[in-house]
Order: sequence, then C-alpha cells, then structure tokens
Amino acid sequence: MSNFFIFLILLLGFLITFQIAKASEYVAVLKGEKKAFEQHNRVNGFLMIVFLVGGLIGVYWCNELFRGKILGEAASQHGQEIDKMLYITIAITGVVFVLTQVLLFWFAYKFQHSEKRKAYYFPHDNRLELIWTVVPAIALTVLVGFGLMYWFRITGDAPKDALQVEVTGKQFGWIFRYEGKDGIFGKKFYQNINDGKSNSLGLIWDDPATHDDIVVNQEMYVVVNRPVKLIINSRDVIHDVGLAHFRMKMDAVPGTPTTMWFTPLFTTEEMKKKTNNPDFEYEISCDQMCGRGHYTMKGVVKVVTPEEFILWRAKQKPNYALAFPDKAPDAQPAKDSTKVVASTALANANAMAKVSAKNN
Amino acid sequence: MSNEAILHGHSEAGTHDPHHDEHGAHHHKETFITKYVFSQDHKMICKQFIITGMIWAILGGLMSVLFRLQLGYPDSTFPILEEIFGKWAKGGKIQPEFYYALVTMHGTVLVFFVLTGGLSGTFANFLIPLQIGARDMASPFLNMLSYWFFWLASVIILCSLFVQTGPASGGWTVYPPLSALGDANDGSKAGMDLWIIGMAMFVVSSLLGGLNYISTILNMRTKGMSMTRLPLTIWAILFTAILGVLSFPVLLSGLILLLFDRHAGTSFYLSDIFIASTQKALPNEGGSAILFQHLFWFLGHPEVYIIILPAMGLVSEVMSVNSRKPVFGYMAMVGSLFAITILAFLVWAHHMFVTGLNPFLGSVFVLLTLLIAVPSAIKVFNWLTTLWKGNIRFTPAMLFAIGFVSLFISGGLTGIFLGNSTLDIHLHDTLFVIAHFHIVMGVSAFFGMFCGVYHWFPKMYGRYLNNLMGYIHFWVTFIGAYLIFWPMHYEGLAGLPRRYPDYSGWASFNQFGDLNRFISTVAMVVFAVQLMFVFNFFYSIFKGRKVTSQNPWGSTTLEWTAPIRPGHGNWPGEIPEVHRWAYDYGKDGREYIPQTEPVGSSESKH
Repeated sequence: MSNFFIFLILLLGFLITFQIAKASEYVAVLKGEKKAFEQHNRVNGFLMIVFLVGGLIGVYWCNELFRGKILGEAASQHGQEIDKMLYITIAITGVVFVLTQVLLFWFAYKFQHSEKRKAYYFPHDNRLELIWTVVPAIALTVLVGFGLMYWFRITGDAPKDALQVEVTGKQFGWIFRYEGKDGIFGKKFYQNINDGKSNSLGLIWDDPATHDDIVVNQEMYVVVNRPVKLIINSRDVIHDVGLAHFRMKMDAVPGTPTTMWFTPLFTTEEMKKKTNNPDFEYEISCDQMCGRGHYTMKGVVKVVTPEEFILWRAKQKPNYALAFPDKAPDAQPAKDSTKVVASTALANANAMAKVSAKNN
Repeated sequence: MSNEAILHGHSEAGTHDPHHDEHGAHHHKETFITKYVFSQDHKMICKQFIITGMIWAILGGLMSVLFRLQLGYPDSTFPILEEIFGKWAKGGKIQPEFYYALVTMHGTVLVFFVLTGGLSGTFANFLIPLQIGARDMASPFLNMLSYWFFWLASVIILCSLFVQTGPASGGWTVYPPLSALGDANDGSKAGMDLWIIGMAMFVVSSLLGGLNYISTILNMRTKGMSMTRLPLTIWAILFTAILGVLSFPVLLSGLILLLFDRHAGTSFYLSDIFIASTQKALPNEGGSAILFQHLFWFLGHPEVYIIILPAMGLVSEVMSVNSRKPVFGYMAMVGSLFAITILAFLVWAHHMFVTGLNPFLGSVFVLLTLLIAVPSAIKVFNWLTTLWKGNIRFTPAMLFAIGFVSLFISGGLTGIFLGNSTLDIHLHDTLFVIAHFHIVMGVSAFFGMFCGVYHWFPKMYGRYLNNLMGYIHFWVTFIGAYLIFWPMHYEGLAGLPRRYPDYSGWASFNQFGDLNRFISTVAMVVFAVQLMFVFNFFYSIFKGRKVTSQNPWGSTTLEWTAPIRPGHGNWPGEIPEVHRWAYDYGKDGREYIPQTEPVGSSESKH
C-alpha cells in the first residue's frame, strides 16, 4: 500500500512540474520571447555562481566529514610511500581543480548574455596554446617521476631475508602455506587437489619437501618489521589479495603465480591501541570479482612479534600430518617436546629480531 | 555512390530525370515499412538509434536503482521486489547473484548500448550528412543494417535477462575463468553465451556504422567543405569511428576465443583450475587468463574514448554557438582529438597494473597514460577560453555543455591518480575507480548527449523541447551527479572494493552506512528526473512548441540551411556550397556568418 502512495505522490509531483513547465511556455509567449529569454539567462547565470560557491564549500565540508574515515596511517612502508604519492597528487591536481572550476563558472557568470556586449572574436593564439601544453606536461612529468620512483621501489625484488608465504585464493576463501623447517615449498600440482583428503593445494606427497609445509586457512601470520613476500596463486578464478591497511594489492591468477612484498610496521595489538578499537584486525579483501561469494571472501592478517610468530608456527601441524595422521612420525608429538620446540624457536626468534632491527 | 545516386538510386535505376534534380523532392513511394522501420534515411536511423538508446538507458538506469537500493539499505527488505523478481529477491532482499547480474548488465548496457550505440549512432547518423552537406550516408543500406544489427544485439541481450540461470554476472569486463566456467558462476551458463553472441552482433553493427561514417566524411563533403572547414562534431565522430573500426575486431577475437574455451575444450584462457562446487580439476593447462584482459582492454580503453570523443565534439559546437564566438584554437582542438585517438591505443595495460604485469612494462604504460592528460588539458583550456569574453546564452544545451566541462575536469583529474601505477596499487578495483569513470565517461558523456539532444531536437523533429523542464533536468542531474560520485571517492580511498553488495561484514569498510544511504537516495531522485526528460522528449515530439525559423540558434553550420523538416535528401535543390570554416561568430561586428556565405573582399582575416 505504501508503495502505491509513494508512486502516487511521485506522479502528482511530476504532473505539477509538467503543468508549470507548460505554463512557462505560455508566459514566455505573453511576455515576449526576448524578455523571457533574458530572465531565464539571468537566473541560470546566477545559479552558475551559486553552484561554484556551494560546490567549493561542499568539497571542503565533504573532506572534513570523511577525512577521519579513510583508514588512517598506512601500516606498511610501501603504504606510507603510496600515501606520500597520494598527497603529492592531491596537491597538484587540487590546484588545477580549483583553478579550472573557478574559471569555468566565473566566465559563465561574467560573460552571460547582455545586449550591451558583443562577443570578442578570438579564434586562436599560439602563445596561449603553447602555455597550456607545456605547463601540464611539466606537472605530469613531476607526477610520473615520483610515481615511477615509488613504483620501482614497491615492485622491486623482495629482500633476501623476507618471510615467504604462499597465498592461494579459492571460491571463497584464502589458503596460506608456509615452508617448513627445510625452507622449501614442496611441489604441488592442481590435479592432486582433494579437499576431502586434506590436500587443498594439491601438494605432491612424493616430494619430501612437502612433508613439513604448513597449510592454514583464512588467517595469515606475519612478523612486524620483517619484510614478507607473498607468492600468490589461485585455485579457480581470478581473485585479488587486497590489503587496504597496507595499501597493497595483487591479483591471484590461476596458472600464473604473482608476487608482492611489503614490510608491516605495526602489530595487530599496536593497531588496536592506535585505532582505539579492541576488535581491530587487518582484513584481506578479495578485490577482483570472483562469483557470488566475492563480497564475503575475507581473510585476516595477524601481524605479530617475532616471538609470537615462532610460537604460533611451532604449534602448527604440517599439512602432511593432517592428511596422513597415522603415517607421520611426528604426528603425535609428546607434550613436552612442543615446549622444547617452542623454547628453541623463541631463541631463534630473538636472534631474527636483532637481525631485522639491524637491517632497518 | 554520388549524392544524387543515393537519393534516387533504387527508384530510378539508370534513367536520370534532370527535372528531378531541380527541386530534389523525392517522388518514390514510401510505405510505413520503408519510412519508419527499414528506413535508409539517415535522419530516421538516427531517431531509431536514439529511441532504442533511451529504452536501454531507462533499463540500465533502473538496474542501478535496484542495486543502489541494496547498497543503501543492506539490512532492509522490500517484499515488492520478491513479487516482481521471485527467487532473485528472496524474502525481499536482492540476492548476491542478482546483484552481480545487475551490475554486469548495467555496465554492459550503459557502456555499449547507450553510450556507444545510442550516442554515436544518433549523432553520427544525424549530423554527418547534414553538417558536411551530403544527401545521405555513403551507403544508406549498410547504415540501415547497422541499426538492425544493433537491434538484434539488443534483443539478444534483453533475452539473456530472462534466462533461468540469469544473465552474465561476472562484471561487464567478463574476465575468464569466471566467465568461462558455468560451474563457477551461474551467470556464466547460458546467459554468458547470449552475452557473447549479443556483443558479436553489436560489433558487427558498430563496424558497419563506423566504416560508413568514415567513408561518408572522407568522400561526400559538399563543394568547398575542406577537412579544415568541418565542424568539430564531425572531426570527433571521424576519430571515434576510426577508433571503433580498429579496436572492436580485437574484442570480437577475444570473445570468440572465450566461446571456444567455453564449448570447444580449448585452453586459451584456462589453466590449473579446480572447481570447488563440483570438486573437479579441469583438464585445461597452459592458458593465460591475462591474455583475455589484454584483448579486452585493447578495445576497452579505446572504448572510453569512443564514448567521450563524440560528446567532446557536440560540446565544442554547442559551446561556440551559444557563446556567440568561435571555438578557441580549432586546429589545436583537432590536433588534441588526433593525439587522444593515437594514445588511446597505447594505454590499455593501465587497467592491469596489479595483474602481475612486468613492472617495467607497467612504467611505460604509466608514461603513456599520463601523456593523455596533455591533449585533455588543451581541450579544457580551449573550452574555457571559448567562454571567455563571449556573450553566453544559457540554453539547456549550453548548460549541459558547461556541466560537461566541469565533470570532465573533475573526472579527468582523478584519472591522474589511477593512471599512476603507484596509487593504482591502493585504488585499483575500489569505489574510487567507480567514481572516476562514472564522472569522466558516464555522466559527462551523458551530458554531451543531452547537450546534443537539446540543441538538435528542433532540427530532428521541428519542435522545441520544453525549456523549463530542461533547466530542472540539468540542475538536478548536475548537482545529483556530484552528490553521488564525489563522496564515493572517499569510500575508494578507504579501500572499499567495488562489486560488494554489502559491506557490513567488514570491520574495515562498514563506516560508510549513512553515506551509502544518502548516495542511493540521490541516485533515485536523479533517475526520476531522467524519466521526466524522457517524457519531455516524447511529449515534445508531438506537442512541443513549433520551430518557426530555419536557424533558431543563429548557427553557421549547414544543417540549419536545410528546411525545418528536411525530407529524404536533406536539401531541396542543390546542396549548398561552403566558403568558410564553421566558426565565424562575432566576426567583423556581425552576429554570425553562415558557412555558405562567400568571403567578402573587405572581410578581416584570422
């Protein structure tokens, strides 16, 4: 019923507008076409300047309103460079924006029709053309220069000591693989994928290097201040690893692995304090349309201290152990052995932390 | 074919009646079918294109209203939707599949069927013969076929909306593997086949039209109409047609390979795929999903210029006429159109910075992409200078022209953000992109189109559109467009990914609920006002104020030397001869000098 009323009100509003519009034509005929034209012209000319002033105020106000909502400080080194580039671009384009919009609406207002004025015959001027070819070209050279400098830094090779994580997108979730103690990702082949038999990546069990690989779902652990290199795959369609807080993004393409690296600057715990949000998580969003569950394809990045990372890793069972619970020799570890692993791991972690601190 | 042969060709077949030429009126019998349906008159084909385009625009706009409803009110239910759409809106909520089908078809319809077919088809057909001084197109028959292939494409795409598994729903860019695998996505079943066939028909239509436009412009200009005397509309249409002819075949080839991958077991785009829904690994190996993106964007990028160049041409012309002064820097305007046309082919990979593209290759595309800003800047400053010291009449057409420039500036500047690969890493596939291209090629191309419709409606139908409704239409659309898309940039800066029907499950992206509601409300108001325009259009065809003078806008170009309602053949008697360029406004103290007037001995030179 309410739909019907809304429709009725709309129809009524439309009819009224139509009648007024129709009447305005008759009024114009009565008043004289010329007079009506001049009146319309004045109103529209005035609206031009109103739009300009209102628009500029609106732009400012909009910025005040939303500035605080756009994620805050970038949480990776690359992200901070991208933010710098953003500010450089905003500064240059902002000047051009205000200048050209002001000229546009000011000219429209200033040079609106008047009986007294004759339009100025001004077909071309090579000097002016030259100015507005060269000046934008210079401005763009600056932007290209800065842009490419950052671009090559960001897309350059990852540091040798980077933590490697293999990320695989699937409809609709994320799988992460860590190399085991051997420091090698075991071989895999997509035909071997079998979700029922705990082999979601198609690892080739004949390759011993796969036996210690750790495979986890949805949550990726990385270490603060240590570069992390993601090797990105997809199991089915194209996905995209979107890391808004780190300002990073890379497609996951089936059959063509891609890579991306960055250095997280704040642990999840630190971000909880920084954002005053006890539930804060770094979210991984899928940024490339991948089917009906695209908008739910969420992963989480846990940025932790080196100690926490080693502890976490020590607790993970290799995928092999999950696939063959009876075969794996270390499938049923004694309780105290975990502790031993953890404590040696902790020692390693401290050493690592020192190394990465030096590197920075 | 010569101009005379076109007019009389099929009725006279060789026997030429000299008397016929003198008054030029056509005596061959016309039935309803040949006049209104299978018409070969460029003016009628133009009307067919614009009306089909309008129907598509309403449908496409309606789709956006529906998905904006979901975005603005993700928690509400609308039982009426379930009544209309059944399982697609179960419980009154738009289902994700439905949402994705809507955004995909909204994009397809608006980009191809409205802003390419509707815009180029309408104004190329209407203006080329009338402004260059020709009786009709070089091949009226191919021109007719061009419309009917467009119609066929429209019907096929329309049918795809009613397929049980839904229309294509992998985004208007139809990236495989998603679009190749029915098991991965319902929309990639029969709907996708219809999409490909429909688009193939569309490409045929666009090629027939484009070749015709090019050959007509190059061969059939009237006496004295040298290329440098052409109005900028014609230049813009010429470059548009060249872009289309060179790039659409590449899309077609890409789509044919996609069709093979779907049905013939080939692996052009497929490799290493395991489908979760069927728990099966596909046999395809060695294909490259990125290959499709190269083929797609090799058309896809020129496509945005195919959309915007005609709008630029229309705006240049209308702006000059209503400022009562020549368009500033005519040769620079032509030169920048040319530069944009060349560069349009060299920038496609800027859509692919984050696909794993070689970073060096990416940097080349950054350079070429930002280079396009130079000819664009030239055009903007030339438009500003055209307004400067003019004597401006704010007709609705002129308002839309000014609005176009404003939107083109705003959208063009955000293009500098996205064309820079460093920023694109963060902004790629976010709402920033949506805001950018809707402003720069969506809304502004619409503004170019409206500008053209308001300006040439009197020539098309011999009546005026209602002015006041035109003013309301402009101001609401203009303000609305900024209200919708300006704040959307902030959502993009916050990283909100595009093609999400609901952000409430995301802690990082759920802070814009109020804004989304606001945008949706404005979108509905703007849509309603477009309906008012459509009403104004059809009402005025029959009941609008009649045009009483041959040249109501005081324009120099040739179309206004034709009768108020030109018949097939456009000019009774001889085609007028041209003696000067198209922009002698305000010269030597005269209001305007028509192109047909010989240059006087005392006239000043420029």
